[in-house]
Amino acid sequence: MTCDEAEILLHALIDGELDAGHAREVEAHIATCAKCAAAARDYREIKKAMAAGGLRYSAPPELRRRIEASLPRAQAPTRRALLRGFAMGSAVSAIAATGLFAVILRGDDEARLQTEFVSAHLRSLQANHLTDVVSTDQHTVKPWFNGRLDVAPPVADLSSQGFTLVGGRLDYIDGRPVGALIYRRRQHVINLFVAQGASAETRAAKMETMQGFNVHRWSERGLNYWAVSDLAKDELANFCEKFEAATRAAG
Amino acid sequence: MPLKIVDNDPEKARRFRELALPHLDDVYTLARYLLRNAADADDAVQECYLRALKHFHTYQGPAIKPWLFAILRNVCNAEYARRANAPSTGADELPEDAEKAPLWHEAQETPEAQIVKRHEAGTIRRLIAGLADPFRETFVLREIENLSYREIADVAEVPVGTVMSRLARARAMLRSAWLAEQELKK
Repeated sequence: MTCDEAEILLHALIDGELDAGHAREVEAHIATCAKCAAAARDYREIKKAMAAGGLRYSAPPELRRRIEASLPRAQAPTRRALLRGFAMGSAVSAIAATGLFAVILRGDDEARLQTEFVSAHLRSLQANHLTDVVSTDQHTVKPWFNGRLDVAPPVADLSSQGFTLVGGRLDYIDGRPVGALIYRRRQHVINLFVAQGASAETRAAKMETMQGFNVHRWSERGLNYWAVSDLAKDELANFCEKFEAATRAAG
Repeated sequence: MPLKIVDNDPEKARRFRELALPHLDDVYTLARYLLRNAADADDAVQECYLRALKHFHTYQGPAIKPWLFAILRNVCNAEYARRANAPSTGADELPEDAEKAPLWHEAQETPEAQIVKRHEAGTIRRLIAGLADPFRETFVLREIENLSYREIADVAEVPVGTVMSRLARARAMLRSAWLAEQELKK
């Protein structure tokens, strides 16, 4: 081995990047070449001095804070209370559970949640992320949610009634995982969101319109449902009735 | 209160936090050495994390550190381009007289070991700052960030052979400076 070769390879030797065969060759060269041996000794010394520390920088706290603030918020436990509070049908109970957020809740939690479900519906259409599991088979979609949600959303096959099951998706409503079942009727997409309710009470269905979408929500046996679609109100209500009837019959 | 939906996948954001945030000091350290300016490093690191989150779906592993470094490097290159185009104000010049060559000619002011160590670290920092860009980058990735040759090659987008020759050059230059300093200590 020449000095020119060793000059490059001895770095790989020092860095532990050399295979055994080449390592032996370089070491053999160093053993017989005072110049390369001196270089290797100095490089090791410099490496040691560098390892002594003081060369790394710490990100300033202000920078860290800015970056953390720019990331989407981590799951906030209070949001869960918000959803549950909605399920209880009263902002009061939610305020009782999280007194801290009384100001935010202040009775308009229902409207806020509705906005979120409409946003989730919009996202599912825009982001090309309508489904996580694509299947028209309820027996494929239902088990897919296992382990992804703390509830098992009922899945109904309504194709004979004009609503085709397209698949399922895991969505998040402000940090909380929510199951979404996707149905189609003609060109229209229906997102049916299913989340755990706080009690087994059954709440009356309610239809509202927001940003041009119809939102139909109801509660049934401990689960809260929000159906969001650009379908006409009567068709969406019809879908919800069919879904309820089918799951009730199945359950 | 408007709904803040920054990203439609909190699971992704959570993973990003867990994987990328612990390397903030690493990324910041590299930025400081690449840009040699604290304020620019701040901006570059923030931009790096924004881009990283945006492109997080392209991250395939295994190690996230080189992936973050590659992004930071792109951000820094953009900054270099900006500096090249901008009329020099002096503020963009090397800080801490990094370019005045023989900075290792500093006298020891106190025998206290701690001070000596800090002094040495300061000297090494300045020696590194004096290296030309490609050598400095390779050297810092290897010696301070502990990347393998392969990882450095990926970050710097050069063959491993180039990494090796750059590292040899960088160390040879540092060695000369180092020896000069040792000489002065005597």
